Amino acid sequence: MFSALFAMLIFPGFIFVSAFGLAAEFFDRKLHARLQNRVGPPWFQPVADMIKLLAKEEVIPSDANPTMFRVTPIFALTSVVTAFLYLPLWQTHSPFAFNGDVILVLYLLTIPTLAFFIGGWYSTSLFSRIGSVRVITQLFAYEIPLFMGILSAALLADTWSLQGITEFYSRHSWLLLCNILGFSVSLIALLGKLEKVPFDIPEAETEIVAGCFTEYSGRSLAIFRLTLDIEMVVGAALLAAVFFPMGAGVNGPLRFVFFIIKVLFIVGLISLLRTVMARLRIDQMIRFCWKYMVPLAFLQLILNLILKGILFI
Amino acid sequence: MHDSPKFKIPLGPQHPALKEPASFSVALKGEKILGVEIRLGYNHRGIEKACEDRTYTQDIYLIERVCGICSHSHSTCFIQAVEELAGLAVPKRALYMRTLIGELERIHSHLLWLGVAGHEIGFDTLLMYTWRDREVVMDLLAELTGNRVNYGINTIGGVRRDITPAQIKKTLKAMDILEERTKYYIEVASQETTLIERLSGIGVVLPEDALRLDAVGPTARASGIARDVRRDDPYAAYGDISFDVITDNHNDVYGRTLVRVKELLESYKIVRQVVEKMEAGPITVKAPRKIPAGEAISRYEAPRGEDAHYVKSNGTEKPERVKVRAPTLANVQVVKHMLKDRYLADMSIVIAAIDPCFSCTDRSIEINNLDNKKTKVITWETLHTQGIAWHRKHGIDFTSLNKRLKARIK
Amino acid sequence: MKPGKMIREVLRTFLKKPVTNLYPYQKLAMAENFRGKLSFETSKCIGCKICVRDCPSGAITINKVGEKQFEAVIDLGRCIYCGQCVDSCPKKALAATADVELAQLGGTKLTVLLKCDDSVSISTPAPAAPETPKE
Repeated sequence: MFSALFAMLIFPGFIFVSAFGLAAEFFDRKLHARLQNRVGPPWFQPVADMIKLLAKEEVIPSDANPTMFRVTPIFALTSVVTAFLYLPLWQTHSPFAFNGDVILVLYLLTIPTLAFFIGGWYSTSLFSRIGSVRVITQLFAYEIPLFMGILSAALLADTWSLQGITEFYSRHSWLLLCNILGFSVSLIALLGKLEKVPFDIPEAETEIVAGCFTEYSGRSLAIFRLTLDIEMVVGAALLAAVFFPMGAGVNGPLRFVFFIIKVLFIVGLISLLRTVMARLRIDQMIRFCWKYMVPLAFLQLILNLILKGILFI
Repeated sequence: MHDSPKFKIPLGPQHPALKEPASFSVALKGEKILGVEIRLGYNHRGIEKACEDRTYTQDIYLIERVCGICSHSHSTCFIQAVEELAGLAVPKRALYMRTLIGELERIHSHLLWLGVAGHEIGFDTLLMYTWRDREVVMDLLAELTGNRVNYGINTIGGVRRDITPAQIKKTLKAMDILEERTKYYIEVASQETTLIERLSGIGVVLPEDALRLDAVGPTARASGIARDVRRDDPYAAYGDISFDVITDNHNDVYGRTLVRVKELLESYKIVRQVVEKMEAGPITVKAPRKIPAGEAISRYEAPRGEDAHYVKSNGTEKPERVKVRAPTLANVQVVKHMLKDRYLADMSIVIAAIDPCFSCTDRSIEINNLDNKKTKVITWETLHTQGIAWHRKHGIDFTSLNKRLKARIK
Repeated sequence: MKPGKMIREVLRTFLKKPVTNLYPYQKLAMAENFRGKLSFETSKCIGCKICVRDCPSGAITINKVGEKQFEAVIDLGRCIYCGQCVDSCPKKALAATADVELAQLGGTKLTVLLKCDDSVSISTPAPAAPETPKE
């Protein structure tokens, strides 16, 4: 019981994943700055931002529903922390692994999006309402390619558990190359989930101030920001676990170090992509996702099915 | 598909998209724009009235501070009108200096605009890069004129500073650096997919509409209207310099981007010609303190379009009336036309594409009676007396303050 | 048509040093003839007050402090650093320096007028200052 509590709250639970999320945010912001020829923030900047936000007064609009206003951020944070518990860190499986945890992680990642929508809607201000509508509209666009990309890799491994996927690809490492298409599609869809440029339409600063977060301040905003950071880490870790499950066959600290490197590599890719592109409009984004990404994900799915049939009859 | 809700969103006066306060009240249906109501006047500082209380020399600096980005345009336009009234023959070298500083200002303004446009569409990298390159021009201007903005290079009868050969060499080197960077930005602008997707097809103004709505500057030139005061009505040294007027046929925001970036290349060409053709000579001519009575209008091609100043003098040291018509006033009327049937996401970039400078614009007051839709124009004197009466009614009396102000200015 | 056209440039920039000037740890030098705080030479001033007349914002005042001795008092908050007084002065008693770090913490330090006189010491006694020998 105590080991479960320790795993949930300290490592790899709340404390560890928050620290890792803040460190990943620093890495992302510093890389973004250096790519733009600037200096970038110091290492303690995300921590300082959190502390500052926690110390500020929370202003709730008079028309808004105070309970929903306060509960939604906590809801979002809980779901992403829970999702992290199922990712393999220092072994091929997490302490809470079970058959089907890939799907669970993907579903838990959808909950923050819904929380943003609900939080923005109950804020009753015009900007947050437009932001929340955009969040949900964007969900319809990137969700399918993301699911298809990840599940096609799982399909080839013939299992729905992360442990199974890791062990399968450790045995047949060359099959990882067949998943490159799925990886690209999932990475771009992940940009949509994390609301990074070119898909940061729900949070477009120059159009609708801050989207669903416009009316948030103080502690609730701190929790939302922490959710966004942890969501980035969870998404990157999921992609790393499914598409790069290399671990040199050893469990323990070495695999953990590999995990950190893989996650930071994917965060670096996300940072690079957000530096070199402009923001799309919502209708352009939906058109792009359904015209290009879904067919490509579909192609990857069919390819994996054929491969599975050929190799493992 | 049921009806999306209709509501009104206030874009301004305070909004992250706007660099200066202006109120655009957008009526939305879902994400589609039904109509826009524009209200200006948040930056009104009473500059035209303040000009009447100061001498012409003091007015140069006041008019210069109408806007930070096109300060030299306003200053030169004003000075040209005053010099015409005084009948002064400005020496050639001074005219070349004015042209040089004017073109350097155009370069800095267009680079600034590129960065702002990038920021409005979420492309922060373009913002950082163009503003880094803009520092080259700012440092050069600081070296030549003594300040990074509000250069103060003009005086009645000529310019205040001369350019040394060492500075000429620095200028030419800066032009080379900037030309290379600008060529890279042209490449990015014509090849980066997300940028083209975002900027194409929005803010469309067909040529006949541009003529009817009196668009000026790059906004008009992107619709194919070749209007440029530098060529149509040459002032300063533009009569001796050869350059092209850049037009484009895209009719949209993308066209305006291309026009501005190509104008940068033309500016480098002009600066090089100016520096080469500058002859030795005096830089100023003695000007009288009292300007003879008369009226003059002068026009100037500011980075944003045609800037017009009207000066009326009455033989004393102080002007009787100064009127500034900034290019943004002409272009902001086109914004309404551009935003018909477009999406909310396009609003900020369309407004940014006309390169708005509301500090320049807030001059005129027009009273619109919303009930019976009748408009009437109030004369200056009526407004003056009405204003004093209104304030007196509310218990505010300005006579003692006016006396103290007059004593201070003297 | 390529998305991410700037990738090569951006990656190249990553290896260069950032262009940010780490002010205030790194000093920023202004151009030499930058128009910053004014400097005033008492010996040259003849008290004609043309500078006072020409100042657009009324920032400079000339006070008589002795026989043919004048001092200039400049309100740094009102001064717009245009340098018109420098040009108007017939005896070239005013000049612009490149000193731009003029921020003060208290309003009085800026608005109650900073005295501005240079080099040659005047024969008036300076308040609460050590005795300066007469030149």
